[in-house]
Amino acid sequence: MEAEAAKFIGAGLASLPLAGAGVGLGLIFGNFLSGAFRNPSAAAQNQPTMLLAFALTEFTGLLGFTIAMIILYAF
Amino acid sequence: MLDRLITPFAAGPMEQFEIFPIVPLSLGGLDISLTNSAVWMLIGSGAIIAFFFMATRRAGLIPNRVQSTAEVLYEFVSDLVRDTIGTEGRKFFPYVFTLFLWILIANLFGLIPSLPGTPAATHVFTTTSHLIVTLSLALLTIFIVLVYGLWKNGAKFFKLFAPSGVPIWLMPVLVPVEVISFLSRPLSLAIRLFANMFAGHVILKLFAGFIVSLLGAGGAFMVFGIAPLLGAIAVTALEFLVAALQAYIFAILTCIYLRDAAHAADH
Repeated sequence: MEAEAAKFIGAGLASLPLAGAGVGLGLIFGNFLSGAFRNPSAAAQNQPTMLLAFALTEFTGLLGFTIAMIILYAF
Repeated sequence: MLDRLITPFAAGPMEQFEIFPIVPLSLGGLDISLTNSAVWMLIGSGAIIAFFFMATRRAGLIPNRVQSTAEVLYEFVSDLVRDTIGTEGRKFFPYVFTLFLWILIANLFGLIPSLPGTPAATHVFTTTSHLIVTLSLALLTIFIVLVYGLWKNGAKFFKLFAPSGVPIWLMPVLVPVEVISFLSRPLSLAIRLFANMFAGHVILKLFAGFIVSLLGAGGAFMVFGIAPLLGAIAVTALEFLVAALQAYIFAILTCIYLRDAAHAADH
């Protein structure tokens, strides 16, 4: 296999973390909403925690993106 | 007409991140040129200073529109610092406020569209889309956390890596994990902001490229250009959310790390 082809396959594989980030974000927002519908008065004060969890989870996907960019453009 | 519209956008999605000197300068063999990145940092800092100068120039008991915007921003970060670090966090408020505003303005100014056909030197540049900028901010934060933690707690600061109430046989596993987690903090802070800005701008440019190539294809294909146009509008709206959210996340994580440093001895 040519090195160029392996590079593109590697970059494609490095986008797999998107699946994990998608599942994680769905869990966070889903659980936040189900909690917020049960107890709407407590929803507002838990919003910063939800956004923080969103950012921490999103990082997994972005790390995959960064690795894909490094594979595509740095090598 | 169409050619003039297309040409500036025909560049690939990576050209927008190119740094080039506007005023070439060098100091003892060191390249200290005023680059487009530096120019946009100065514009951002200048805008913040001008905004707060305007807001506080005729400050009154009944605030006008500019003053109340400034007050909302101030109270937002002030509440954030107080809720996260506590009352002893007051001394970190200026740092967190500066960090928040600088990142917010850098992110938002990066969303200003460039005029087509103008030279590259006048194009809008997102300073936070470069890893070195965000890494500098993250390292500054971690440096402050380390210095403050060691100054306040002394050697007890290292209890951060060995929480009390954990069985002793777990320590050989837990301590390396805690150390690695602490060391990855500046990296994760930096990469989060950088990758969000970078990915957002690449996606915007890709959608813009789709519109242009569909318009260039001519005939019936031009109708399909409406789809990426709608996509570009949606992504632009999302980018405004991301720009504000990432500034907030950077500020809140800085606060959390400072709280850890302040209360390291209580662990």
